[in-house]
Amino acid sequence: MKYMLLIHQGTTPTPQSPDEWAKLSEAEQKAVYADYQAINQTPGVTPGLGLDVPETATTVRVQDGKTLTTDGPFVEIKESIGGYLLFEADDLDAAIELASRIPAARLGGAVEVRPIVEW
Amino acid sequence: MTTARNRAINRIHRDRTLAAKTRLLQVPEAAKNQVNGTTFPDERLELIFTCCHPALATDAQVALTLRTLGGLTTGEIARAFLVPEPTMAQRLVRAKRKIKAAGIPFRVPPDHLLPDRLVAVLAVVYLIFNEGYGGRGELAAEALLLGRALAELMPDEPEVHGLLAMMLLLDARREARFRGGEMVLLADQDRSLWDTAQISDGRAVLDRALALHGRGPYVLQAAIASLHADEPRDWPQIAALYVELSRLTDSPVVELSRAVAVAEAEGPMAGLDIVDRLALEDYRYLHSTRGELLRRLGRTEEARDAYRHALALVHDDAERRLLERRLAELGTATGSA
Repeated sequence: MKYMLLIHQGTTPTPQSPDEWAKLSEAEQKAVYADYQAINQTPGVTPGLGLDVPETATTVRVQDGKTLTTDGPFVEIKESIGGYLLFEADDLDAAIELASRIPAARLGGAVEVRPIVEW
Repeated sequence: MTTARNRAINRIHRDRTLAAKTRLLQVPEAAKNQVNGTTFPDERLELIFTCCHPALATDAQVALTLRTLGGLTTGEIARAFLVPEPTMAQRLVRAKRKIKAAGIPFRVPPDHLLPDRLVAVLAVVYLIFNEGYGGRGELAAEALLLGRALAELMPDEPEVHGLLAMMLLLDARREARFRGGEMVLLADQDRSLWDTAQISDGRAVLDRALALHGRGPYVLQAAIASLHADEPRDWPQIAALYVELSRLTDSPVVELSRAVAVAEAEGPMAGLDIVDRLALEDYRYLHSTRGELLRRLGRTEEARDAYRHALALVHDDAERRLLERRLAELGTATGSA
């Protein structure tokens, strides 16, 4: 089975917002980096590319052939995707286990596990 | 945990693919009781852990368990949960589709996951039992069958025996709990209607759980149910068990039950002190319990208010009539309806 793990940062402090990030202790900051590194090195994981903060997003719609753009993500900033990774695993339990190791899951965000459809 | 897992693992045929295993969930509507029979006797444990996987919604877990392990038809499950049959059919289809699409494994969870996952399985069986306890006997009977199957499949898990013992002991009073459609509280029940054989059975299962050093929430509730079957009841001991249960569950509902036991052991004021500390404003039993304790304290006016508050929150007809009787017994001297 292949899964995409969609990381929602929620209220998770990230280095992209330095004020929030500074609220984590140095040990906690190091743990976040170490956890992501360990996850990216887990067999079966294809790390995702880094996404800038949702505030930098532009949302595009087409209505009556006209392209409409709006500032910001499609969903609320707190609900938007902060990152993703691909994981090839035996079953959902393995994917849930990996998801639970992603720092955002314990720091105010959540991880959505979505199976990839094999055509 | 380990022994149950090892026993289970012996049953697993590792060479089968997940897809082949999930075929069990695609059973045709007509195939009733297929797991109680001999078709797949070795795979019931895997099946229940799949049906009760936390990635499925609780109502889907319940429906799937009844459908695949209980062998109930979709129509029977729909009627039992008072939802239209197409709704239940859709719920089952969606759940089966998720099992397949999301890769929910067909297996007994590994050791480090087993404790949490067993809690989920027991919760589903308890939920089915509770639905039946309100009067729909066929669900209680189904929960007892599932409980017996689990006890047979996981003979070394004290909480499995605890749940079965609790269900047996509570269900043994079924006949006495209603009189002509009216609810009868434990203290007023005709004990000759209790199923004494089933009480002995429940106590034997409880002994098994205790012998396994079980002291979990279901074992404690079974022990409490066992004490309730004694006459006279040992209220201080019941209250002590509720203290232990309260510590484990941190539940205000358990505290409310403890308050009732304390009121019996130490008097209504001691019970009321506990009740009045609970944040359960929307829970009807909080108000009916307050009403009863206030009545015993002779605080009739406050008792009446409490019963009315409970009545405003009640949905079940039999419970409503019970509360109305209580309210009527308080007399009409001072109140106005």
